[in-house]
Amino acid sequence: MGRALGAIIWIIALASVLLFVSGHWWFPPAITEHGPLVDRQFMITIIVVGIAFTAAQIGLGWMVFKYRETGNAERALYTHGNNRLEMIWTVVTAVIFIGLAIMGQRVWASLHLNAAPAGSFKVSVVAQQFAWTFHYAGTDNAFGRTDPSLINDDDQNFVGLDRTDPNSKDDVQIATLIVPVGRPVELLLRSKDVTHNIWVPQLRFKQDLVPGLTIPVHFTVVQSGKYELACAELCGMNHYKMKSYMLALPDNEFRELVAMPQDQFQAKKEELLNKYQLPQY
Amino acid sequence: MAEVIHEAVHRHEPPKSFIRKYIFSLDHKVIGIQYIMLALTAVLVGMVMSILMRMNLSWPGTNWPILGTLFPTGAPGGVISPEFYLSLVTMHGTIMVFFVLTTAPQGGFGNYFLPIQIGADDMAFPFLNMMSFWVTLVGFLVILAAIFVEGSVGVGGGALGEALGGGGTGTVGPIGGWTGYAPLSALGKIAGPGQGAGMNLWIVSIAIFCVGSLLGALNFITTLLNMRTRGMSLMRMPLTCWAWFTTAVLALLSFPVLLGGGILLLLDRVGGTSFFIPAGLYVNGVLNGDPRFPLHSGGSPLLWQHLFWFFGHPEVYIAILPGMGATSHILATFARKPVFGYRAMVFAIFAIGALGFFVWGHHMFISGMSPYSAIAFSILTLSIGVPSAIKTFNWLGTLWGGRIRFTTAMLFAIGFVSLFVAGGITGLVLGQTSLDLPMHDTYFVTAHFHLVMGVASIFGMFAAIYFWFPKMFGRFMNEGVGKFHFWVTFVGVYCIFVPMHIMGIVGMPRRYAQFTEYQFLGGLHSLVQFVSIAAIITVSVQFLFFINLFWSMFKGKKAGPNPWDATTLEWNTSSPPPHDNFEGIVPTVYRGPYEFAVPGAPKDFMMQTEPVDARETTEDGHNGHKH
Amino acid sequence: MATTVTSTDGIIEKGIGAGPGSRPGNGFHRNGGGKGDSDPTRFYSDRYRLGMWVALASVVMLFTALTSAYIVRAASSNDWRPIAMPGILWLSTAVIVISSFILESARRALKQHHDRIYGRWLVITAGLGITFLGSQLMAWRQLVRQGVYLSTNPHSSFFYLLTAAHGVHLLGGILALGYLLLRTRSPRESVAAESRRIGTVDAVSIYWHFMDGLWVYLFLLLFFWK
Repeated sequence: MGRALGAIIWIIALASVLLFVSGHWWFPPAITEHGPLVDRQFMITIIVVGIAFTAAQIGLGWMVFKYRETGNAERALYTHGNNRLEMIWTVVTAVIFIGLAIMGQRVWASLHLNAAPAGSFKVSVVAQQFAWTFHYAGTDNAFGRTDPSLINDDDQNFVGLDRTDPNSKDDVQIATLIVPVGRPVELLLRSKDVTHNIWVPQLRFKQDLVPGLTIPVHFTVVQSGKYELACAELCGMNHYKMKSYMLALPDNEFRELVAMPQDQFQAKKEELLNKYQLPQY
Repeated sequence: MAEVIHEAVHRHEPPKSFIRKYIFSLDHKVIGIQYIMLALTAVLVGMVMSILMRMNLSWPGTNWPILGTLFPTGAPGGVISPEFYLSLVTMHGTIMVFFVLTTAPQGGFGNYFLPIQIGADDMAFPFLNMMSFWVTLVGFLVILAAIFVEGSVGVGGGALGEALGGGGTGTVGPIGGWTGYAPLSALGKIAGPGQGAGMNLWIVSIAIFCVGSLLGALNFITTLLNMRTRGMSLMRMPLTCWAWFTTAVLALLSFPVLLGGGILLLLDRVGGTSFFIPAGLYVNGVLNGDPRFPLHSGGSPLLWQHLFWFFGHPEVYIAILPGMGATSHILATFARKPVFGYRAMVFAIFAIGALGFFVWGHHMFISGMSPYSAIAFSILTLSIGVPSAIKTFNWLGTLWGGRIRFTTAMLFAIGFVSLFVAGGITGLVLGQTSLDLPMHDTYFVTAHFHLVMGVASIFGMFAAIYFWFPKMFGRFMNEGVGKFHFWVTFVGVYCIFVPMHIMGIVGMPRRYAQFTEYQFLGGLHSLVQFVSIAAIITVSVQFLFFINLFWSMFKGKKAGPNPWDATTLEWNTSSPPPHDNFEGIVPTVYRGPYEFAVPGAPKDFMMQTEPVDARETTEDGHNGHKH
Repeated sequence: MATTVTSTDGIIEKGIGAGPGSRPGNGFHRNGGGKGDSDPTRFYSDRYRLGMWVALASVVMLFTALTSAYIVRAASSNDWRPIAMPGILWLSTAVIVISSFILESARRALKQHHDRIYGRWLVITAGLGITFLGSQLMAWRQLVRQGVYLSTNPHSSFFYLLTAAHGVHLLGGILALGYLLLRTRSPRESVAAESRRIGTVDAVSIYWHFMDGLWVYLFLLLFFWK
């Protein structure tokens, strides 16, 4: 029994490690400036985790194998422990764990303890059951005034834009997040009803959108492409299909789009949305 | 049976009627069994729900006729709707965490064995103890009712549902996860299906559960501090007692906070208050202030999260600590040697309990709370890994040099160590703020907490059942069936939960009714099905366990007072113990709880009551009190 | 090999078993039999007091949670408009503080075996408790007449909630006093039973004084904080 148990524990440990290192399933490639730093911290951590896991399972399997009761009448070792050993393994564990903890704050601090750099491209994000609306300020870089009482979903005014405000003239509300590559992006996150969470796996970033709060976050995308965007906080029955896309445009295409005068912006926008097969509105 | 000496004052006479003996009993042993029976019922319900969830994820769109009959609105045509799925998620979590993991380890085994292990004749307040069980049972009935008032229109959605706040939306119980985040849980029916009467009953059920739990905690703490027998100093108590004590302290200080939060949430729902609901909401086409959506303003959704998780984090330690205590106890017993580092183990239990109150923010890193407090919570969270590691090292140390007897109880205790490491170690990932950015709300989290709570903790309970069954019922469970149960379950749970880490890394989000909407999840289908098949097999074998349990109560091989050659006080008395545990005698304790393999002793174990020979010395010359 | 040893505890009964100066025995009290004169349940009179302090720890946590919600809510938005204090709450405060003193008189009387005086003081305490609850209800009625309800503004929500939560707990205390009053009727059985009764009275007193202090704290929090 001891032999079988030891063997099974070792096999399970091996299989678990293989599943992780096989590389068949892994994170999608990171597309942000901070992404590789997150990945590096994850690798360091998962290696520590893997070593600890494997060592513990090997140790456990070894113990049950070696110290199984055999025919002889010898007694077990009578000991109540070893204080010195306790001190050593406590200190070593504490150093490793707290060391990891401190290392793990760096990327977080860079993203959350600083405000978005000046000149960031701002997008106002409004989440609702069960759709995303991205509100762009347009060429005047000023968001039009919004108010919940002006919201009219039927009329496609999801963010409650005050159309009488002169700043609103070039504002656009669409379902797709369009961002430039190589330039910091600042998202101003709001929610109309319940808590949602904006998540694009390749960004290595997620953040709750909390009703009653406007939460600013920022990151810089370094790889163009079209990426699926999901909600990552339970928000109701259609949480699983609260889907959208993030379109990261190379800088020239992006500047071209943003520079379009109002009347041509719509056409250019539609052209891009068609090109990348993204929903229109 | 020896004549029981009736003293001048008895706390309570042995009951005579069936009702006083088995239904409304003041006897902690009966109450312990009642809690265990409640937990077994709850785990059955929870397991069925989990299988339904797995089937929906792996084979979506399949028709399950029985569901169509029972819940025609939630599962029309027998196909699980998204809201039905989400209510399964909610009810599975709530029932498992509260009515299984917070009842059996503490209210079940703790109630039965704490008094006996410290040499007392009952708990400090037997009447309150009885009330704690019945209050908890009422809570369970209320949560089951939540399924039906929110569920099929035909069953409960009519007048009763309307009376309780509106029901019959076709789900199975409320939607919100076991965490019930506001404002979704606070807004009421306007926020969608699963937010009506069922959610009100969910809150009420949890509030009732809080009261029952507090009555229990009161008993555990007072009993342990006040009623230990002669010679039973704190440092001679079995580690199970330390675990139950610390768990009770955690419960005492955390459940009231949940109760407070629950009251505030209920008031937001039915009293028109705005503790958690901010101004200016626009929900499902209705602006706040419209007659259909009474005016709210100024509330903070994060306040709910803080209150919930201040309770929620100690709660998970409530779920695991008794299992840790049982594991230490059982490992020592069947390795035939003392626990390695008893004092360090006690310290670690305290450290886990105390630190557990300061880490709740790690559930809220990306919630919108201050990123500075996130950093503080993160560092504290990884610190709590240290006492857990200490315990793991000491468990290995307990096995080292042992003479291991592989009874079923021992197999599950060893399994506990393996699974606790597997589950706990990924806490190092999730506890870091930067790594929570990709990992939050993915299956990586689900894998982590299931391995520690849903598996390791359950293994602790299995170990306890197989270990103490002979004492409780005077008969053995069938060891062959037990071992088979162990093997399939041990391999099965690894097959279920290790792949979930991978799913989380790829990016599978939690609480999704389907994964068909996202291309980046397309490559996971084979893993999802593998997990589901493993789950079906593992759950199926649990029925063997149930059969073994109930059959053995009546037909199992008879057991004497100390079938395992163990040392602690419960093995000093008959199996099952008499009404007052020790037949009128007051045990006197001379030794520590794990005196196995004492050199020079006649047998390889010495019971705690075994007197110390005047000539007996230990290696360091202290006479008598080795532990 | 090093071992882990804790400090001695002195409860050890040395010398049972073989060896010089030892007594025969098997380690059980009176060797597990014999007519006992001591209560095997070994009731220690501090059991009820200890239990009450433990229970109060949970009540403290409940009101701590509600207090933190109060503070957070006051800061989370600009709609915090504290209501004017109904004047009758000064009476509430006076009544409950006096009731604590009365209850202490009752305890003293019991310890001096003046049972009838003890009973009378208990009745007065209970009466003051009922008066307290009555004054709370009057405060509520006054607010309702002014149009201040549970949902009127966050401060009023907390006012009703905190006074209701405290009132429910105080009602429990009044019922406990009623139970004690019932017990004054039954004859005193034995020293152990009397010790139990004193323990119960002590426990109820601790609870009552705590409710008194809790009221003063809530009173200050609701009307003198900020």
